[in-house]
Amino acid sequence: MTQRLAIDVAVGDGLGPVGPAKRPIEGRSPWRLAFERLRHDRVAIASSVVIVIIALMAIFAPVVAHLVGHGPNDQYRTTGLSPEGIPVGPNLRFLLGTDELGRDVMVRVFYGARISLLVGVVASSLAVSVGVVIGLMAGYFGRVVDTVLTRLMDVNLSLPYLVFAIALISVVGPSLLISIVVIAFFSFASVGRIVRGQVLSIKEKEYVEAARSLGASDVRIMFVDILPNVLAPVIVYLTLLIPLSIVFEATLSFLGLGVVPPTPSWGGMLASSIDYYQVAWWYVVFPGLGLLVTTLSFNLLGDSVRDAFDPRYNRFFGTTE
Amino acid sequence: MARFLLRRVALGVVVLWVVATLVFVLYFVAPHDPARLIAGRQATAQTLADVKRRLGLDRPVLSQYGSYLWRLLHGNLGYSFVNQEPVTSIIKRDLPVTASVAFGGAILWLVIGVLSGVLAATRPRSIADRTTTALALFFYSMPTFLLGELLLLGLFFRLHLAGVDFFPGGGYVGITTSPVEWARHMILPWITIALVTAATYSRLTRGAMLDVLGEDYIRTARAKGLRERRVVYRHGLRSALTPVVTQFGIDLGTLLGGIIVTEDVFSLPGLGQQIVNSITRQDLPVIIGLVILASAFIVVANIAVDAVYAVLDPRVRLS
Repeated sequence: MTQRLAIDVAVGDGLGPVGPAKRPIEGRSPWRLAFERLRHDRVAIASSVVIVIIALMAIFAPVVAHLVGHGPNDQYRTTGLSPEGIPVGPNLRFLLGTDELGRDVMVRVFYGARISLLVGVVASSLAVSVGVVIGLMAGYFGRVVDTVLTRLMDVNLSLPYLVFAIALISVVGPSLLISIVVIAFFSFASVGRIVRGQVLSIKEKEYVEAARSLGASDVRIMFVDILPNVLAPVIVYLTLLIPLSIVFEATLSFLGLGVVPPTPSWGGMLASSIDYYQVAWWYVVFPGLGLLVTTLSFNLLGDSVRDAFDPRYNRFFGTTE
Repeated sequence: MARFLLRRVALGVVVLWVVATLVFVLYFVAPHDPARLIAGRQATAQTLADVKRRLGLDRPVLSQYGSYLWRLLHGNLGYSFVNQEPVTSIIKRDLPVTASVAFGGAILWLVIGVLSGVLAATRPRSIADRTTTALALFFYSMPTFLLGELLLLGLFFRLHLAGVDFFPGGGYVGITTSPVEWARHMILPWITIALVTAATYSRLTRGAMLDVLGEDYIRTARAKGLRERRVVYRHGLRSALTPVVTQFGIDLGTLLGGIIVTEDVFSLPGLGQQIVNSITRQDLPVIIGLVILASAFIVVANIAVDAVYAVLDPRVRLS
C-alpha cells in the first residue's frame, strides 16, 4: 500500500518513471526544504552557534557575576581604579579591565547582552507583527483601507527616524519600553509594504475564492489562508531586522536615550568610554566587540535564511540567477 | 514628467504637514510645562501666568495650532527655552558644519559604494569580489558610533602616540578659515559616515551591474569594438545606477542619523550636536525646529532624487 502511494506521488510530480519504486518518495514541504538547506549551510550553522553563545552569555550573566564576585553595578574604587582614578586594564582580578567608576567591564558586557538581545528580538517581533496585520489589511481590503494605510506607511518611511526618535524620547523620557516601542514604530512600515505586495497577488488565487465560497470570514481568509503563504519573506525580514534593531537600541543608549544608567548596555558603555579611550582601550574594544559580533552574526544568519527560502537568490553571485 | 513630479511635491507637502502636527502634539504630551521651563523653578504664579500669556498658552488648543502653522509658513521656528535665541539663527550658525559632514560623507559613500560594486561585478567570484562582499557585510553590521570611536582610537590616538599627527582628534575648522585644515578635520567623520553606508551600495551596485552586464545591448556594445571601460561605465553603469539612486533617497534619513552620531563622536559643533545637547537641556523648541528642518530636507532631497531618477531612466518620464 505504501508503495502504491509512493508511485502515485511520483506520477503526480512528473518525476521519475512509473514502476515499482525502490523507496517511497516523500512530499517535502517548502519549510522542510528551507530547513534542510539551512542545515547544510556552514555560515548559517556558525552564526547560529555564535548567537546561541551570546544568548547564553545573557542568560548566565548573573552566574558569571557570582563567579567573579563582582556585581554589574559594584564600584571597586580602590582595586578597580588606579591611584590617579583611571580605569585599570585587564588583569587577573578584572579579566577585561574596569570602567571609570571601577566597575568590572566583563560583567557589564555580559549584562549588556541582555539588553541588546531583548530589545533586538522584542522590537523586531513587535514591528513584524504590526507590519503583517497592517499589510494584510491593506492588501486584502484594498480600496480606501489600502490607500489610507499605504499613505500612512509612506509617510512613516519618509520620516527622519533617528531625529524623530530623539524628539519623542526627550519628551516622554527614556526607558527600555519606550526604546522598544520607538524602534518598532520606525520599522513596521517596511514589513507592511512587503506583506501588502504579496497579499495583492495571493488574494486573487483560486483557493482564496474557494474559501470565500465556503463561507469563510474575512479574518479567517486573511489569517488562515493567506498568512501562511506570506510567512517566508516575513521570516527573512525578521532575521534581518533584529541586527538593525540592536544597532538602533545601541545608538539610542549611546545618545543617552535608551536604557537608563546604571543598567549596563553596550551602547551606554561605548558612550561613556569615549571620554576614556585614550587611557582605557579595553573600555571601547570589549563592548564594541560584543555589539559587532552580535549584529554580524544576525546579518550572516539572515542572509542564509534568505538563501534557504529563495534558492534563486544567491548572496555571492548576483540577485536572481 | 511634470505630473510625476507634481504628485511627489504634493506627497511631500502632506508629509511636512503630518510632521508639523505630530510635533505640535509633542508639546502637549510633554510632562514639562513650557512656561515653567522658561520662568524657572522659583517663579511666582503671576510670572508664570505672564509667560503663559506671552507664549499664547492660555488660548484654546486649535487657535494655538493655527498660529503655530502660520508661524511655520513664515519660517519662524520659535525661540530657545534656554537663552531665547531664535531657532533659525541657531540653524544658520551650525548648518555649515553639518553640511560639510553631510556632503563630503555622502559623496565619499557613493564613490566607495558604486566603485567597489562595479569592481566586484566585473570580476565575479574573484578574490576582489569576495573581499568586497565580506567587507560590505562587516561594515553593514557596524554601528556608526562604534566605527567613529575605533577610528579615533586607531587613526588618531595610536598614530599620535607613534608621533604621526595627521588625523585630528575632533573639532571643526571653518572652510573659509583654512580649506586644508577644514578637510583634515573632516576626513575621519567622512570615512565614518561613508564606510557604514557604502556597504549597502556596494552590494546593490554589484547585483544591478551583474544583471545589466548580461543584457544583449552590452554584447552589442562589445561587438562594436568599444573599449571595455566604456562598455562598463557608459553603457552598463548608467542603467545599473537606477536602483542605487532609489536607495539613496531612502537612506537620507539614515544619513541624518549618522550625522548626529558622528558629530557627537568627533565633537563637531553642528546641528546634530545641537540636538543632542538640547535633549539634556530639555530645550523643546530647538529639538522641534530641527525635526522640522530635517523632515523638510528629506522631503526636498527625495523630490530631487526622483528628478535625477527621471533623467537617468527615460521610462519614468514616459509613464
